[in-house]
Amino acid sequence: VMISARAYGDNGKMKEYHYTGPVEHKFSPYAFNGGTVLAVAGEDFALVASDTRLSEGYSIHSRDSPKCYKLTDTTVIGCSGFHGDCLTLTKIIEARLKMYKHSNNKSMTSGAIAAMLSTILYGKRFFPYYVYNIIGGLDEEGRGAVYSFDPVGSYQRDTYKAGGSASAMLQPLLDNQIGFKNMENVEQLPLTLEKAVQLVKDVFISAAERDVYTGDALKICIITKEGIREEIVPLRKD
Amino acid sequence: IMATVSVCQYHRGGFSFENCKRNALLEADINKLGFSSPAARKTGTTICGVVYKDGVVLGADTRATEGMVVADKNCSKIHYISPNVYCCGAGTAADTEMTTQIISSNLELHSLSTGRLPRVATANRMLKQMLFRYQGYIGAALVLGGVDSTGPQLYSIYPHGSTDKLPYVTMGSGSLAAMAVFEDRYRPNMEEEEAKRLVRDAIAAGIFNDLGSGSNIDLCVITKGKVDYLRPHDVANKKGVRTGNYRYKHGTTDDTTHHTLTCFFPL
Repeated sequence: VMISARAYGDNGKMKEYHYTGPVEHKFSPYAFNGGTVLAVAGEDFALVASDTRLSEGYSIHSRDSPKCYKLTDTTVIGCSGFHGDCLTLTKIIEARLKMYKHSNNKSMTSGAIAAMLSTILYGKRFFPYYVYNIIGGLDEEGRGAVYSFDPVGSYQRDTYKAGGSASAMLQPLLDNQIGFKNMENVEQLPLTLEKAVQLVKDVFISAAERDVYTGDALKICIITKEGIREEIVPLRKD
Repeated sequence: IMATVSVCQYHRGGFSFENCKRNALLEADINKLGFSSPAARKTGTTICGVVYKDGVVLGADTRATEGMVVADKNCSKIHYISPNVYCCGAGTAADTEMTTQIISSNLELHSLSTGRLPRVATANRMLKQMLFRYQGYIGAALVLGGVDSTGPQLYSIYPHGSTDKLPYVTMGSGSLAAMAVFEDRYRPNMEEEEAKRLVRDAIAAGIFNDLGSGSNIDLCVITKGKVDYLRPHDVANKKGVRTGNYRYKHGTTDDTTHHTLTCFFPL
């Protein structure tokens, strides 16, 4: 048993034990598990894509943990941030969806789910869900819709949005390629499904190059009136 | 009347704390403006070395990170010290680069003075004495290896100045992943191909399991009279191929006004 020199006073005798007062210990209820999500809305389709890497610190927990969760036949939610809160939040949303269906005898629309999620998140305004959410789906007229949220429930409808660890790298590229920002003399064609899927794959390849938390694989959920289709593309594993 | 003469006092060793007050004031000024001072770039890193039958094999990954963003996808972490001694560096990138260059320069002068090929133990002694002098403020964690008249040698050197002379070593954020491979498969007096395969696999473990390491595997095989600097030895990760074309046509960047300046340069 080692006793430090601090236990002894200048005269060589052992010091009396004194209670020094409250000691602050640091416990954080949150962890950051990485991951990037992206959603794009088209004329008659919506895409929700996420990488499948789950990490913590410098380690990888899983290479196959997608961040897209199917809510209804026309809506998918992407959740990144603290994985514990992502799981709890999606469980709560699924329960609330069932309750709505049983009371109102119909499925929730994308807009309704978005409004509900905002209230769920603000309900924990003083101990937030550490989750960055993006909902992608079809609205009541069959047009693509994207709703992006902050951790405490502020939301808006977008055409495209990136969230998660590589969001700052993806968002400017999407602003340029989908929003045609900072470009002159360019034919502003409406975004087709094929072009959108190709763009999503390419931006994730680029994000995996520079963001350590993004990689392993990319899962794209393609939402059309036919239903929800999935595509999986491998990414860098380092 | 005798004018007083002031004598300039030179610092005799130890850490010079001269600039600390100035740095603290500068940092406070920057923070007041709402900015943060730039963080020193760390290399993340997996580096390792192994002693085999004819010499040493050093290995390193090639990713340099700034926080959790990759700053350099193919940086070189195996540094030249002398024709028969090389050094891998982990920790703060500037510190590993400058420290190895300073010792390389001093060792060359020393070698000219002795008239002999430099020894690995000399490089080790010079590195540890410098790092200890700076009390760990120089964030350089090194794997030093080479072959000299005494035989092949491998050292690991920590930022505070302690060193270990061992048959196999790993350093950096991926050191645990690499050491797991070494502890499983290391044997004394391996053949060259087996040693290269072992080092390659150890670095690969760091590359795939540690987020701070990535990209390619560089190797340096040092034997008596020959050095094989294999960069890259293995391209473990290729850049993904993008299918779209993102080249901009002429006229995409609008220029709204033209300014023509005529400058006269007298000949």
